[in-house]
Amino acid sequence: MGYENVTQSLTKIIEMKNITKKFGDFVANDSVNLDVFKGKVHALLGENGAGKSTLMNILYGLYSPTSGEILINGKKVEITNPNIAIEHGIGMVHQHFMLVKPFTVTQNIILGQEPVSKMSVLNMKKALKDVKEISERYGLYVDPNAKIEDISVGMQQRVEILKALYRGAEILILDEPTAVLTPQEIVELIQIIKNLTKEGKSIILISHKLKEIIDAADFCLIIRRGKHIDTVVVPETNEEGLASKMVGREVSFVVDKKVKVAGDEIFSIKDLVVKDNRDIVAVDKLNISIKKGEILGLAGIDGNGQTELLEAITGLRKVESGEIKINDNNITNNTPFQVINKKISHIPEDRQKRGLVLDFDISENTILENYYKNPFARKGILNYNNIRVYAKELIDKFDVRPKEESKMARTLSGGNQQKVIIAREVSNDPDLLIAAQPTRGLDVGAIEFVHKSLIDQRDNDKAVFLISFELDEIMNVSDRIAVIYEGKIVGIVDAKDAEVEKLGLMMAGGGSK
Amino acid sequence: MKLKMKELRRALYIFATEKTVGFTLISIFLGLVVGALFLAVAGFNPFRAYWIMLQGIFAKPSYISYTIIRATPLILTGLSIAFAFKTGLFNIGAEGQFIIGSVAATAAGYFLHLPLLIHIPVVIISAVLAAGIWGGLAGFFKAKFGVHEVISTIMLNWVALYFQNFLIYTKGFQKPGGETSYSIQPTANMMILKTWKQSEAGREWLLQHPFWKDLLRTPMNWGFVIAILMAVLVWFILNKTALGFRLRAVGFNKFAAEYGGINVNKNMIISMFIAGALAGLAGALQVVGVSHKVTLIAAMEGYGFDGIAVALIANSNAMGCILAGLLFGALKYGGAKIQPFMQAPSEVVSIVIGSIVFFISIPKLIKLILTRKSKKGGTK
Repeated sequence: MGYENVTQSLTKIIEMKNITKKFGDFVANDSVNLDVFKGKVHALLGENGAGKSTLMNILYGLYSPTSGEILINGKKVEITNPNIAIEHGIGMVHQHFMLVKPFTVTQNIILGQEPVSKMSVLNMKKALKDVKEISERYGLYVDPNAKIEDISVGMQQRVEILKALYRGAEILILDEPTAVLTPQEIVELIQIIKNLTKEGKSIILISHKLKEIIDAADFCLIIRRGKHIDTVVVPETNEEGLASKMVGREVSFVVDKKVKVAGDEIFSIKDLVVKDNRDIVAVDKLNISIKKGEILGLAGIDGNGQTELLEAITGLRKVESGEIKINDNNITNNTPFQVINKKISHIPEDRQKRGLVLDFDISENTILENYYKNPFARKGILNYNNIRVYAKELIDKFDVRPKEESKMARTLSGGNQQKVIIAREVSNDPDLLIAAQPTRGLDVGAIEFVHKSLIDQRDNDKAVFLISFELDEIMNVSDRIAVIYEGKIVGIVDAKDAEVEKLGLMMAGGGSK
Repeated sequence: MKLKMKELRRALYIFATEKTVGFTLISIFLGLVVGALFLAVAGFNPFRAYWIMLQGIFAKPSYISYTIIRATPLILTGLSIAFAFKTGLFNIGAEGQFIIGSVAATAAGYFLHLPLLIHIPVVIISAVLAAGIWGGLAGFFKAKFGVHEVISTIMLNWVALYFQNFLIYTKGFQKPGGETSYSIQPTANMMILKTWKQSEAGREWLLQHPFWKDLLRTPMNWGFVIAILMAVLVWFILNKTALGFRLRAVGFNKFAAEYGGINVNKNMIISMFIAGALAGLAGALQVVGVSHKVTLIAAMEGYGFDGIAVALIANSNAMGCILAGLLFGALKYGGAKIQPFMQAPSEVVSIVIGSIVFFISIPKLIKLILTRKSKKGGTK
């Protein structure tokens, strides 16, 4: 059919024409064109750092374009700040949520546009009614009285969408909305997107996940290194087609993995009980063991005790009862320092909070655990020459970009931040490598790299514990798969016998034991 | 010509926004402008006032000496706050730590009888330890009970103040008949050439050498040298040692530090101990070099609070604290002279300092002013 033919009969709501944005000599967007149609989903696909967010920040008024123009409903507009964008009916749901955690769902939604009765008294009744009405209309169910800090990430995202709708958004920009969601939540989100478009809302979906673009979008604009590559009609293409356009080469989706017989058991957890922040049991008499040369995948929906389990193993959270052993050493309730010295490395779930000191440079981050050891320090005095040499080595080996060890970790892209962490953790030569959500928010190329690093560890006879909400990842990378539900392991299967449906059922608590 | 103006503005913009030193200098300049405005509104000639101030700082060797003496404790309390800042803590308690340091120094200086070369180090070390523990207490409260250090240090300031006043009314410590303590032993006195200055030969020599006479009129002492050494030491600890690495990691991101095996609580206590020790050193140097005793104080003397401003102006940079401390000392000492000479209120100095801190705290405002200007310049 072709893009021109399909779009002929549709109403253009936004036109971004020849948008170019330069930061100094760096061209973030190079004559990019984007049309958004009423009631349709337009995806924006590109690798990390391709310029997707820059384009959306221009539309949302956070950046002004170097050249090019924006038309809304056929009229030329100057969007110089987000308030103007909101006036034009543009709402944005950022990747990192902007919510007041101790406030309730309703309080967050109405924040800044509170309904008031006479004498400027906050009319909470009306607020609740309004929120309920919108949430029912679009199938965005949330508990309006729950506090943000008590609800899941998926729910928080709904609150963000509701916030935009409450402000009268006609066009919703969703920035990497599935990066933080579980498989079930992704299905629900896609349903929500469909409900929204049915009601005439337009959606711009920023993503580098091909599957959800195929599932949810009508059109897709592909950007590579700031350049406009193509706009395609999604039903007329497939994942491979999108991927090769995005990366500029053919991409393999199959993880390359040799058959390997696992060795002796090296790590075990017996009857572990851990409580969460609210003092409720989150890990409930959990048992697990991992062998040398094996990748054990932990599948499960977010919030079933994975975080608490990880924190308990790595010494960041107190163990109530039970036993954690590595190499026959009991490490229950050890400090993080002791755990690291028992040859356990950890790629943390949240790389910006736990994994990196963002205001340290790359070289300082590469020695975060070893700063006091020879050759990085002698008698308490740091040797920056040796530190730099070491950092350079890791940068080369793990292809961190830019190749400058004095760059602040803050300035790196997500994929390169993750590479720094992986470089550091793998170079500690651990007996057990714990990888929590290691590919969260990364693009296809970076994901290939991370998976290869994990499999290399396993091929070197090390144990790997992979925790991920991406079922595909768990199934492709692991040798054995354990499923966690409400803090318990509800089943362990061999990866080669695993079926998505069965695992999905177990993850939802419906599996046979 | 037009182009040149544009280039100049562009250069100024880069200077003010991308280089911290340039930004600080512009803030200081703007602070002086605000002070001038106040003077002008009050009917005084600001140029004359600033000229008197300048003369009051540089005209005589003794003036320079006084400026340095004024600056010494401020450099150290500034370092104390900057050090805590760099490790993620806000030490409002330099004031109290200063008091504890000076009380401990006075006690060790009066009660102990030791030989000359040993007495001063002993006095200083006891003051540093006492104030370090005082500061470490706030770190301990935070680590153990989660009490925010701003709250605990403010409280500890008052405890320290009344503790000093209590001691001054304690028999054995109070000098009979006065609201002050006994003076420290001569062996604990760090004034340069103190005995020689008062000796017959010394007085005669000084009569013939007016430059030295004027300079030695002041309680000139080794404190400034020690303060500079401390700035170097602080810089070294923070940037070159494993301890500094730990402390900075905790300051920038305590979650990542904890994950990396660093004991966050322990390092918070260490950091507050060092911050307290630095402020305590300021108090000790004040006693051994200048006052030789402690007196009854009705309110906070402000060494610690001024230290906050010093640290802010220095952008928490150890070397910057030396310069900021000197600037502060100069403004305070020189500024006091506009009152007797032209009856202008010397409080204007506080306005200047306040404004400098204000401009430094709002880099965006300066950026905004400069972009507005360069934008206009561009379209004309």
